[in-house]
Amino acid sequence: MMSSLQRLGRMTLRFFARLGRGNLFMLRVLAGMPSVLPRFRLLVAQVYHVGFLSLPIIVVASLNVGMVLGLQMYNTLVDFDAESALGPVVALSLVRELGPVVAALLFAGRAGSALTAEIGLMKATEQLSGMEMMAVDPVRRIVAPRLLAGIFALPLLAILFSAVGIGGGYFVGVGLLGVDEGAFWSQMQDKVDWREDVLNGIIKSAVFGVVVTWIAVFEGYEAEPTAEGVSQATTRSVVFSSLAVLGLDFVLTAFMFGEP
Amino acid sequence: MNKTAVIEVLVGLFVAVGVAALFILAFKVSNLRSVGDGEGYVLYARFDNVGGLKVMSPVRAGGVLVGRVVSIDYDQETYEAQVTMRIDAHYDRFPVDTTASIFTAGLLGEQYVSLEPGAEEDYLADGDEIQLTQSALILEQVVGKFFYGQMTQ
Amino acid sequence: MRDRGSTWLAELQDVSFRYGTRQILDGVTLRFQRGRVTAIMGPSGTGKTTLLRLIGGQIHADRGRVQVAGRDVARLSRAQLFELRKRMGMLFQSGALFTGLSVYDNVAFPLREHTALPEAMIRDLVLMKLQAVGLRGARHLMPNQLSGGMARRVALARAIALDPMMIMYDEPFTGLDPITLGVIMKLIRKLNDTLGLTSIVVSHDVQEVTAIADYVYLLSGGRVVGEGRPAELLGSSSGWVRQFMHGLPDGPVPFHYPAPDYGADLLDGARESA
Ligand SMILES: Nc1ncnc2c1ncn2[C@@H]1O[C@H](COP(=O)(O)OP(=O)(O)OP(=O)(O)O)[C@@H](O)[C@H]1O
Ligand SMILES: [Mg+2]
Repeated sequence: MMSSLQRLGRMTLRFFARLGRGNLFMLRVLAGMPSVLPRFRLLVAQVYHVGFLSLPIIVVASLNVGMVLGLQMYNTLVDFDAESALGPVVALSLVRELGPVVAALLFAGRAGSALTAEIGLMKATEQLSGMEMMAVDPVRRIVAPRLLAGIFALPLLAILFSAVGIGGGYFVGVGLLGVDEGAFWSQMQDKVDWREDVLNGIIKSAVFGVVVTWIAVFEGYEAEPTAEGVSQATTRSVVFSSLAVLGLDFVLTAFMFGEP
Repeated sequence: MNKTAVIEVLVGLFVAVGVAALFILAFKVSNLRSVGDGEGYVLYARFDNVGGLKVMSPVRAGGVLVGRVVSIDYDQETYEAQVTMRIDAHYDRFPVDTTASIFTAGLLGEQYVSLEPGAEEDYLADGDEIQLTQSALILEQVVGKFFYGQMTQ
Repeated sequence: MRDRGSTWLAELQDVSFRYGTRQILDGVTLRFQRGRVTAIMGPSGTGKTTLLRLIGGQIHADRGRVQVAGRDVARLSRAQLFELRKRMGMLFQSGALFTGLSVYDNVAFPLREHTALPEAMIRDLVLMKLQAVGLRGARHLMPNQLSGGMARRVALARAIALDPMMIMYDEPFTGLDPITLGVIMKLIRKLNDTLGLTSIVVSHDVQEVTAIADYVYLLSGGRVVGEGRPAELLGSSSGWVRQFMHGLPDGPVPFHYPAPDYGADLLDGARESA
């Protein structure tokens, strides 16, 4: 009894200690941002790694999600004679929730884990240490551009996810199941609001971008400098950032779409 | 082309695709274009009961989207609901005896304000109030009245 | 940054350091003379790498003072420390090349970070440094395409890219074939003499060190157990020094990590499994 309470206490303390270190780390990275921004090349290379290379998985997943949504929603709506509402249903689920959330989860698995592993390995092979001895701050040179690239890339990926997903829903609904094309688009435009739905979804994905990339670079930077340590850090990075995305999504949804 | 240049091109492609998707969301999927903020003019209408009408509910004339509800208030002087609507600027010819009714799209659909133009020569302008209104049909009340009618017969 | 022009470029005075509860260095005093090759020798795990990290200001002493170019390393602000480090090269035990960058970009890295030189000039400098280590032809290779010896030479070229006043070599000789070994030894000596550097070489290879070092410190158990010119040490009568310099298995330096009595340990095991 005592010991499990003690363990709970220790875990809580450890969690907050880690959170505190994470925040301090973020401050250091932010302090390094101004020196990164002019170095456009560094940023471009990182956007390539976290953004462009994530395109295939995002496109495939979103197409699939959109098509499944189209099919399942059609089956339900057709019972109420309301299949013309397929457009708004598909679009709203994607733009508000699935786009930002699923894109962030895929991003955590594809780009976040790669960032953690890369930085962790650089640490394990003394590259970060070596950089420090060359009077270059790894937080500025390595971490800051990666964080910035992640924050920039995820919203774009989420937008793409929603757009391609809607395309998938359109293909199944209009192309295969015969929903009226005009009704599909016009109802969608009618129900989907630019600011309430689309912009809020983009804001969500920007928040996810910060959180996922932050966790990824922090876990990498804090990794035990061994093969084992790096693999554990990579796992933690994906698990924590996925949980954070799901938890934050709930909070953000309550804030944004709760009551007008 | 060297490697850096290739990467730069691919990143450019990535950004371009993302921005294109954003445009699709803005103009094809959502209503960024149709009723913008600030443009158009405001009309008021009072109803005994607005039912399930909400802010952002559509305002239609002849089934066509002409504006949106921007606010709904309860007036404690008259015990009525006051609905503020923003109407698209180029729909500027609603006669002063236009009727505003609250209808439901389909049996379970959302509620909207329907404008039925009257016959006057004068047109409603920014800030005017629509005098003729018809409240929302509340399903329970209709059903209740129906049974009450049956019983008193 | 000005230094006071004393004979000693770097000095450790009565320095102690521990990791957690383990005492690694216990009151060591070492001095490194300008323009000379000074070697630090000692068995594995005695804190040689730790010592270099202290000089580089990556860790700080619990007691005592570390001075480089007349400045107390522990007292410098981060910016001042970075200024100082630009004038120190360090060759890591593992090479620590940036695996994401080519050989060329690795050597160009410090130049691009710390100077505003035009790319053409950087190219000339990089080729010069690579020529010095004999790898000008390998500039397009990635670090994973290099052998261990080549990687170390690239790391060396990178360490001298900014023309430092001092280079620290951590185990430059381990795991090299005799030819590469000879090349690296010559390089260290040549760079030291032609560029007017001060070199600190950490190693446990007696032969190589006696061949190139001007002065040697012998470290064991966190203390300096011997120092002097190589020839002096080879002829020393001290038990520690003799054992190490001549590679004798028995002597004051224990071969075993501290452990309970062997026989008792074995008996314990028998008891546990019974
Ligand atoms: N980060 C660390 N945390 C805890 N202990 C450490 C750490 N780094 C090194 N040590 C310990 O400090 C001692 C000295 O390490 P150091 O790397 O300085 O040895 P070394 O003399 O360079 O050995 P080698 O010749 O094998 O490279 C070792 O016993 C090691 O266990
Ligand atoms: Mg070592």
